[in-house]
Amino acid sequence: MSAKLKKLILEQATGTMMALLLLATAALVVQPRPAVAQGPLRIEITDGVIEPLPFAVPDFQAENGAAAEYARSIARVVAADLSGTGLFREIPADAFVSGITSFASPIAYADWKAINAQALITGAVSASGDSLNVKFRVYDVFSGQPLGEGLQFSGAIGSWRRVAHKVADIVYSRITGESGYFDSRVVFVAETGPKNAKRKRLAVMDYDGANVQYLTDSSALVLAPRFSPTGDKVLYTSYETGFPQVYVLDVATVGRQALSQQPGTMTFAPRFSPDGRTIVYSLSAGGNTDIYAMDINGGNPRRLTTTPSIETAPSYSPDGSQIVFESDRSGTPQLYVMPAGGGEATRISFGQGRYGTPVWSPRGDLIAFTKQNAGRFHIGVMRTDGSEERLLTASFLDEGPTWAPNGRVIMFARESQGATGAPSLYSVDISGRNLRRVVTEGAASDPAWSPLLK
Amino acid sequence: MKRIAIATLVVGALALSACSKNRLGDQYGAAGASGDFVAGSPSDPRSPAYFQQTIGDRVLFAIDQSSLSPEGIDLLTKQAAWLMENTAYTAVIEGHADEQGTREYNLALGARRASAVQNFLIERGVAPNRLQTVSYGKERPLEICSDELCYAKNRRAVTVLAAGAATS
Repeated sequence: MSAKLKKLILEQATGTMMALLLLATAALVVQPRPAVAQGPLRIEITDGVIEPLPFAVPDFQAENGAAAEYARSIARVVAADLSGTGLFREIPADAFVSGITSFASPIAYADWKAINAQALITGAVSASGDSLNVKFRVYDVFSGQPLGEGLQFSGAIGSWRRVAHKVADIVYSRITGESGYFDSRVVFVAETGPKNAKRKRLAVMDYDGANVQYLTDSSALVLAPRFSPTGDKVLYTSYETGFPQVYVLDVATVGRQALSQQPGTMTFAPRFSPDGRTIVYSLSAGGNTDIYAMDINGGNPRRLTTTPSIETAPSYSPDGSQIVFESDRSGTPQLYVMPAGGGEATRISFGQGRYGTPVWSPRGDLIAFTKQNAGRFHIGVMRTDGSEERLLTASFLDEGPTWAPNGRVIMFARESQGATGAPSLYSVDISGRNLRRVVTEGAASDPAWSPLLK
Repeated sequence: MKRIAIATLVVGALALSACSKNRLGDQYGAAGASGDFVAGSPSDPRSPAYFQQTIGDRVLFAIDQSSLSPEGIDLLTKQAAWLMENTAYTAVIEGHADEQGTREYNLALGARRASAVQNFLIERGVAPNRLQTVSYGKERPLEICSDELCYAKNRRAVTVLAAGAATS
């Protein structure tokens, strides 16, 4: 099988190489299709999906012995990614009328139609030495043709889950027309111990909870990590000195550096600007908390707000021109938008209750927030002018939304009530559907989603 | 039964501070959370134990507020007098919030509370360079139930003594 048309090299965060090749045999190029698929096999996410699209992912074909253990695992991860969105529903293998005996064989569409599989994903895996090669195709069963061209990824064997996530991202993208979010990571705070003596450390994991790595030990309280736009650095707050201060940590080396050490002040709630060159954060001095910005090396600190009220939780718009933040200047915490360099702020939240932790969507269209009203907490979204507020969740304590790289899903922390209360991570669609717990080993809080990995 | 016991404690909390702990704040804010007693006898007016237990090392705040209550002012007046007498000690004032509210807002609120205490002590004559503030927001509750009985005790500012002269 020749594969020469196009080759994309994708570099992993770990430094290993992963290659994406377009399979270009004549047999595959049945009919040119537009980049954004049309026809029956299509989910319009914006419509709010009522009925998930049924799909089948038979175990991938193992092309050699060394690939056997990955052929099934990769198909399972692809299926879990798709099902996890709530937009797709997997048809279990025991319902299959026929199997896939060879990646190259023609598809018996009638057999897949018979079980109502609208999408079919087939693949083949080969492994040699440290590297893994995965080929896959997506079929539009009801149209009786492939959906897009076959592709192949190669990468290190140890990154087989990433390869699976990339396959799922492409399937998701072809069917929804939106970019995927499966090949991404989440940095969060792993918690242990009782509520009045919590131990916290930074951890990073795949978006689905796999491959957890700890980035700090639990010798100092750490809070609210945030990824850089390239995903290689994390900003967070640590009590290492006994006082909260903003730090930056290199994910690969876990080396860390304090960014602000002005005696008598506390700094927290840091976030990167979209170009990665500026850090916006809160600084408390003399009991007053305002928003500041500084260069990524900690230099050139500048004050962006100057009111005696609390200003915190800043987040940039994706074009870097504006900052949404939380302020209690009106008497209760509410959301405001100001120019990125500071200046006059416009209040955007006007509903009942208190609003906090605003985060601008990577698409730029919405702001996610935490809302507290009548003894309950909610995660919600509103347009950037504050209109069309929608609450997506409700519980004793939901807080700290973070956006999936495609702006369609929000992850947050939910804490249970009472003396044994502990936080867990959850995700929810911006439609409010598909609320799911993200499984972590222990208690977890303060999630922050990375950009889509390259 | 537990609730009744806690309710009784709240009344006496300002004066007793029975579960307080008194050593320099570590990276976990344990000093203002719960645990150990400090050295010395609560009946020896020059001992940290007297400051912590007989005077009381903490003041409580109303929901979302950082203004001092009349009881808080009485207690801090005594704290100020003690600190003026016992100049070998410095203090870190820890501001805390209950679990209602977001992490970020509570950090800022705790900073306000700690600062309110610091300002009061300075007004009453304590040298500013003997007092530092830190906020733990909602990170270090003293009481762990999820109702107002606990929340009322968690909304606090704790004056944690440390031995040693002022640093600057």
